[in-house]
Order: sequence, then structure tokens, then C-alpha cells
Amino acid sequence: MNPADRYVPRRRPRTRLAVALFAIVAAVLSALAPDAGAEYGDVVINNYSDGAGMRPVVFPHWFHRVRYRCKVCHADLGFQFKAGGNQINMVKIIDGQFCGGCHNGDIAWSVENCNLCHSGKPGTLTQVHESTTSQIASPPARVTAK
Amino acid sequence: MRVRRALVAVLVAVAAAASAQVAYKRAWPTLAADGLHDPASPALAILQEPSEALSALPPDFAGNLVNWMASLDGGYIKPRSTVLADTRVTLRSTDVLLKRTGELPLVVFPHRQHTAWLDCTNCHDQLFQQKAGGTMINMFLILQGEKCGVCHGAVAFPLTECARCHSVARGSDAEKTFRNLVRE
Ligand code: HEC
Ligand code: HEC
Ligand code: HEC
Ligand code: HEC
Ligand code: HEC
Ligand code: HEC
Repeated sequence: MNPADRYVPRRRPRTRLAVALFAIVAAVLSALAPDAGAEYGDVVINNYSDGAGMRPVVFPHWFHRVRYRCKVCHADLGFQFKAGGNQINMVKIIDGQFCGGCHNGDIAWSVENCNLCHSGKPGTLTQVHESTTSQIASPPARVTAK
Repeated sequence: MRVRRALVAVLVAVAAAASAQVAYKRAWPTLAADGLHDPASPALAILQEPSEALSALPPDFAGNLVNWMASLDGGYIKPRSTVLADTRVTLRSTDVLLKRTGELPLVVFPHRQHTAWLDCTNCHDQLFQQKAGGTMINMFLILQGEKCGVCHGAVAFPLTECARCHSVARGSDAEKTFRNLVRE
């Protein structure tokens, strides 16, 4: 075997591994710090709310997964796996899309309960609260809002 | 090589310490103090506190401090599979062995547990090939929130739980139950 061939494949995975391991150390160390954050899996959706003078939306996964399998929302109702990635607005909800697939007064309480969805602290950025990856940098890191 | 092995050992030890510490106190943040909800919102008087619902479910040491698989399999929760009339539920029960794990134990990906919650299209073919060994996966991608990290580290149990994915020792009897990386 050509010695060059022997070294090329060994080098890249090593740097990659080093980066990964460093990230893991960071994540694990910050997981050790006392966690005053929100419940695991809570999503804040705030693409438009702040701008419209409404509190940001807080979507609790723990509450919904007790009642529905992931596939109901993420396959049947078409929610993409990305906090803030679905361009949800009230017109779509009242039309029966996204949250409106259930929050229609039939399956679950309907849209007039503005405060129950719009319950976030004003100014909170779009994010998913995570106990691992978001804490590699200072939380919240996986922010998808503009 | 020796440095790498030491690093992995340290990581596993720290992860174990982290989960042991969480296990010590099974307590959930209150909505008013969770940093996301507006303490002034009138909703806080109506919304359910996580502790009220989650303390009744089988315990875990990370994430929601709930073992969601045990909750489902044990009938503690009965989440619906459909809300629309014309949708189907598809299940699969194979386990797939993922062997590119450096010096850690091999990873087993179980279809039964995943299709109990998810649809095939949630993973195939955007995230993973329908071919054992066909997908390029590593911890760097996972920690960035790709591949397994789309869900693990966001909603499903977090990435500190190394051993739950890296669950089969190299050369063990369990490894021999797989044929061409798949176990029925
Ligand atoms: C079932 C949950 C839910 C309820 C109930 C709800 N909303 Fe929303 N609303 C959302 C979501 C999700 C968004 C998207 C948030 C974002 O990206 O900022 C949104 C966005 C908005 C926006 C900004 C976008 C747009 O459509 O203009 C306004 C304004 C708004 N809601 C007002 C209201 C009012 C007023 C009510 C009560 C009549 C209400 N909402 C009830 C979930 C809800
Ligand atoms: C009741 C509906 C519903 C159910 C059930 C549900 N989700 Fe979600 N999920 C959402 C919504 C809403 C978002 C945020 C989308 C947005 O902001 O546009 C989301 C976002 C996500 C994200 C993206 C987080 C990120 O990193 O940005 C992941 C991953 C996810 N869900 C996984 C799951 C898994 C796994 C399950 C099952 C255990 C599940 N969801 C069950 C509605 C649901
Ligand atoms: C698959 C159906 C479904 C979808 C989709 C859905 N919800 Fe819900 N949601 C429910 C049900 C059912 C309840 C419980 C209703 C009840 O108690 O009467 C609920 C309750 C809630 C609650 C109150 C939780 C509590 O503590 O009582 C909030 C907040 C909420 N949903 C927000 C949302 C938002 C925001 C969206 C869209 C991003 C959404 N939901 C999409 C079914 C759904
Ligand atoms: C959600 C499942 C999951 C968890 C949790 C997990 N891993 Fe992995 N890991 C994988 C998968 C999948 C691969 C790639 C296997 C393949 O492609 O054959 C991998 C590969 C690796 C590799 C070798 C490849 C690389 O990226 O360098 C190392 C080292 C590793 N993991 C370490 C860890 C450590 C340390 C932890 C805990 C902090 C951990 N993993 C937690 C699923 C996981
Ligand atoms: C949570 C993600 C996920 C879901 C949901 C999922 N798969 Fe997979 N699937 C995987 C992964 C990961 C592999 C292994 C890929 C690799 O080794 O490169 C795999 C491999 C496969 C394979 C090849 C190995 C084997 O088991 O024979 C087939 C076929 C397959 N999936 C079919 C399905 C079908 C059908 C469904 C729905 C009933 C489904 N999968 C649901 C993640 C998923
Ligand atoms: C689309 C979302 C999603 C993806 C992608 C995903 N998982 Fe999972 N996984 C889940 C959910 C939901 C559960 C149920 C347990 C929970 O929520 O903690 C789960 C549970 C598991 C379990 C525990 C099974 C048990 O019996 O307790 C293992 C192991 C696992 N996943 C490994 C993997 C590996 C390895 C990958 C990548 C190859 C992966 N998962 C990708 C959502 C996902």
C-alpha cells in the first residue's frame, strides 16, 4: 500500500472525532450544572408573535406526547422537525392546519383561548429547549428566529 | 490512540455522573420559573404543571425524567395514532446494527420502538437509507442535531445516555444474533 493512502483516511476521522468528543465534553459538563431551564422538549415559536404584540407561543412536547404519537403531528399534520420552521400563523390555524388540526373546538379547545398558546415571556427567541446540544454554547443556541 | 481511549473513558464516566446526579432529585421546573413562560401570563393558572403529569409515569434519569418507552409499552399512556380519517399506521420490528463506533460498544437501532411513535417517512429516506450500513452517521453529525440527533437531544432521550444507543459489546453473543447487520 502506498504510505500516502495509509495516512489520508486516518487523519480526517481523527480531527472529526476530536471535535465531536470536545463537543460531548462541553455538553456533558454543562449538563452537570444545575438546570433552571424549561421542561425538556418545550418549543418556543416566535417568528411573528413579538412583532404582532402577542406573547410568543410555548408548545409543550411532554403534554402532547402523552396524548398523541409523534407521527400524528410530524407525518399526518405535516409539522417539519424544526422549531420555527413551519411558518405557522393564525390564518392557517383557523383554516385547520398545524395546531388548528386539533385546536378547533372539536378535538381540543379552540383558538379563542389565545393566552393558553401565547404564554411565553416577551422577547424569548424561537428555540427548542434541550438538555444537550443547546448547551454546548450558552443556551439557547439552536435559535432559528431572524 | 491511547489518548482517544482515555478521552472516551472520561466521557462515559462523566456522562454516568451526570445522570446519577439527575436521578438523585426527580424534580421538574414549575411553569412560572422555567424561563420560557411569562410569569404574568393568565395562562399559568390553567396550564398543567409538568410534575403533575410526569411524576405518575415510569422514571428515567434524563430528559423529561420519564421512561417514555416503558410508559407506552406498560400502558401508562395511550397516545393516539391518528386524528385524520385517511391516515395509516405502519410498523416494523427489525433491529439494525451500526458498527462504525470507534472503540465504543456497537449501536443497535430498534425499529419496533421507533415505529411505535413515528412513521417511516419521518426517517426514510431523508435521514436514513432503507439499507443496513447504507447511511453515513457519526457523533459529530448527531451532536449537531442531524441523523439520530434530530430527535435525541431535542425530544427523545438526550445524547448524554451513550449506553442506550451504544448497547452491544463488540464480539459479544448479542452481536452474533445479527445477520448482515439485521435482526428480525
Ligand atoms: C393553538 C394555539 C394557538 C392559539 C389558541 C392562538 N394562537 Fe396565535 N399563533 C399560534 C402560533 C403557533 C403562531 C405562530 C407564532 C410565531 O411564529 O410567532 C401564532 C401567531 C399569531 C400571530 C402572529 C401571526 C399572525 O397570524 O398574524 C398573532 C397576531 C396571533 N397568533 C394572535 C392570536 C390571537 C389574537 C389568538 C386568540 C384569538 C390566538 N393567536 C390564538 C398559536 C395559537
Ligand atoms: C401535537 C403535535 C406534536 C406531537 C405529538 C409531537 N410533536 Fe414534535 N413538534 C411539534 C411542533 C409544533 C414543533 C415545532 C414546530 C415549529 O416550531 O414550527 C415540533 C418540533 C419537533 C422537533 C424539532 C426540534 C428542533 O430541533 O428544532 C423535533 C425533533 C420533534 N418535534 C420531535 C418529536 C418527537 C420525537 C415526537 C414524539 C415523541 C413529537 N415531536 C411529537 C408538534 C408535535
Ligand atoms: C394532534 C392534536 C393537537 C395538535 C396538532 C396540537 N395540539 Fe395542543 N392540545 C391537544 C389536546 C388534545 C390538548 C388538551 C386539550 C384539553 O385538555 O382539553 C392540547 C393542549 C394544549 C395546550 C395546553 C396544555 C396544558 O397545560 O393544559 C397548549 C399550550 C397547546 N395544546 C398548544 C398547542 C400548540 C401551540 C400547537 C401547535 C403548534 C398545538 N397545541 C397543536 C392537541 C393538539
Ligand atoms: C441516539 C443514539 C446515540 C447516542 C445517545 C450516542 N451515540 Fe455515539 N454513535 C451513534 C451512532 C448511530 C454512531 C455511528 C454508528 C455507525 O454509523 O455505524 C455513533 C458513533 C460514535 C463514535 C464513533 C464515530 C465518531 O463519530 O467518531 C463514538 C466515539 C461515539 N459514538 C461516542 C459516543 C459517546 C461518548 C456518547 C455519549 C456521550 C454517544 N456516542 C452517544 C449513536 C449514539
Ligand atoms: C426513527 C427513524 C426510523 C423510522 C421511523 C423507520 N426507520 Fe427504517 N431505518 C432507520 C435506520 C437508522 C436504519 C439503518 C440505516 C443504516 O444502517 O444505514 C433503517 C433501516 C431500514 C431498512 C433496512 C434494514 C432492515 O431493517 O431490513 C428497512 C427495510 C427499513 N428501515 C424500513 C423501514 C420501514 C418500512 C419503516 C416504517 C414502518 C421504517 N423503516 C421506519 C430508521 C428508521
Ligand atoms: C425521528 C425521531 C428519532 C430519530 C431520528 C431517532 N430516534 Fe431513537 N427514539 C425516538 C423516540 C421518540 C424514542 C422513544 C423513547 C424516548 O422518547 O426517549 C426513541 C428511542 C430510542 C431507543 C430506546 C429504545 C428503548 O427500548 O428504550 C434507542 C436505543 C434509540 N432510540 C436509538 C436511536 C438511534 C441509534 C438513532 C439513529 C440511528 C435514533 N434513535 C434516531 C426518536 C428518534
